[in-house]
This record gives sequence, structure tokens and C-alpha cells, in this order.
Amino acid sequence: MTAPDAARVDYLQRLGDDSLILGQRLSEWCGHAPALEVDLTLANFALDLIGQATLLLGEAEDADQLAFHRDVLDFRNCLLVEQPNGDFAQTIVRQLLFSTWQHMLFQRLTQSTDRFLVEFASKAVKEVAYHRELASEWTVRLGDGTDESARRMAEGLDWCWRFIPELFEVDETLQTLIDSGVAPDPRAFEDEYRSAITGVLTEAKLEGPADQRPILGGRRGHHSEHLGHILAPMQFLQRTYPNAKW
Amino acid sequence: MSSGDWPLWEVFVRSKGGLSHRHAGSVHAPDAQLALAHARDTYTRRQEGVSLWVVPSKEIVASDPDHAGELFEPAESKIYRHPTFYDIPDEVKHI
Repeated sequence: MTAPDAARVDYLQRLGDDSLILGQRLSEWCGHAPALEVDLTLANFALDLIGQATLLLGEAEDADQLAFHRDVLDFRNCLLVEQPNGDFAQTIVRQLLFSTWQHMLFQRLTQSTDRFLVEFASKAVKEVAYHRELASEWTVRLGDGTDESARRMAEGLDWCWRFIPELFEVDETLQTLIDSGVAPDPRAFEDEYRSAITGVLTEAKLEGPADQRPILGGRRGHHSEHLGHILAPMQFLQRTYPNAKW
Repeated sequence: MSSGDWPLWEVFVRSKGGLSHRHAGSVHAPDAQLALAHARDTYTRRQEGVSLWVVPSKEIVASDPDHAGELFEPAESKIYRHPTFYDIPDEVKHI
């Protein structure tokens, strides 16, 4: 594999793992959400994301092989998506922070020089626009809701805030792809992202926490303890009964 | 938070352009905007629709079942009100 090909596969895994891990996380809500309708919303989000992962990881290699037979250190997702669901507020904060970023990224991916990514992003950007919109709606209702919902949202922001800088990190792999026009440069929309998030938080009568020491490393396989606990139930069946079919 | 605290909304789905919205069911939601989102997530996830209406259930005025006899039974014996005495050309759809 040539260097640009290796970088492309790495990038497909980063995007695919973001969607896969958040999809798996959200599916933990199935049967536990605060209301039946919210249960369906979160399950729909999860299915959208796992669908994205299937396409991205399938383009990188074999999707099932990558999803079920890699270890923690080989996952390339950002740390934000592996964070625990916490309560509904923390889940909504994580969704707002991630979907806003993913939406801005996918909008730009539709202009990529890579034909697969253009086709992928043109479809997925609509799913993600809805995730972003609904996460914003819930943020406003919970932030500008009761004292308890506002407190829980503030706690969710405190938990998730330090994982934002990783979304805008550019390493050598990403720089290679930015130079060849395959990947958008996330730094080009960081200001837009920050002001979009601030806009939603202001409407929700919430404040972003003071910037904390950023935590990086997901793109290099340095994950929190949480990822292993996500993979264990996700991979158990295929690890125990390799190639088992539904 | 539980959906028991939320008002009920009736959901109407237009399955494709040109057809009427039809009642699909109901959802709980705290307000109109989220009622639309819940309706979308509950009733259009398999491409069932191209347009949605939601209406607060409490705004629906319903006929009294106890008056069903006087309201509906008189129509039973009036077959001349059905357009069954015409030949419909095969090309005419949606009748």
C-alpha cells in the first residue's frame, strides 16, 4: 500500500469508528430512554451511525472484520464518542458537540476529491443534520427547563468539554489528506463550530465551561478505559463464534 | 421526566404528493416542535411519508359513541348515495 492509500484507509477508519462507537453507545439506551418516543429517536440515531460505519469501514477493508476483530488499541475514534451515556442530559451534550462537528465536516466532505467520500457524505450529511438539529432542540429545552435539568446539562458540559480540541487536531496523516484535497481541514471551521455551540448554549441559558486541559489520543489508539467496556459486549459473539451468521 | 407528563399529539402522514394526510397514530411530546420530531422518528422511519401534521389530541372534537345510532345508521339503507351505478374507465385511478 502506498503512503496516500494508507492515510486514506486510516481516515476511513477514523470516520467509521466515530460512527460505530457512538452508534453502539446510543444503542445502550434502547429500552431505557426517558420516554418511548425518545427511545425511538436514540435508536434511530444509532442505526444511522452504524449504517455510516458499515459504509466507511467497508470501504477501508471488511466492515465486520474491523468492527468485531480489532482490539482497543486499533480503534481510531475520537474520545468524545466513547464517553459514557451518563444521564439523558450528558447524552444530549455529547450528541450536540459531536453532531455539530460531524455535520460541518460532512458538508465539506461533499467537496472532497475522493469520489467515495463525496457519495458517502452527500447521503450521510442529511442524517447528521437531523441529529444536530434535534440535539440542539433538546439542549435548549433541558438548559432552559427546570433547575435540575439545567444542572444536569451543566454537568454534562463539564464532562464532555475537554474532548472538543481533539476534533480539530491535525496530525501528519490528516495533513497528507488535506493536501491532496481528500479531507477537509477541521481548523478551517473551528471558529464556526465554537460560535454555533455558543449560540445554542446561549439560547439554552447555559454557559460553556472554561477551557480545560484537552485530552487527545483517540486517533492514535490511546483510548479511555470506557472503550474496552463498549467493545466487550459488541464483539463477544463474533469472538466466541467466529463468522456466526444472524 | 416521563412521557406520562407530556401531552398527547395525533399524527397525520401524507404518504406521497397528491394524497391526503391520513391518521397514523399518536405520540407524547412536550411541545409542537418535538411532537413533529417524535412523529418523524415513530411513523416515517420506513419511508412512509413526505409530510407530517401533528395536532394536540385535546383539540380533536369527537362524536359521541352513544349517538352512533342516530348519526350513522340512517345511512345504511341508502345505497343510491353510492356511485355504484356508473361504469368507471380503467384509466381512472384513486377511486
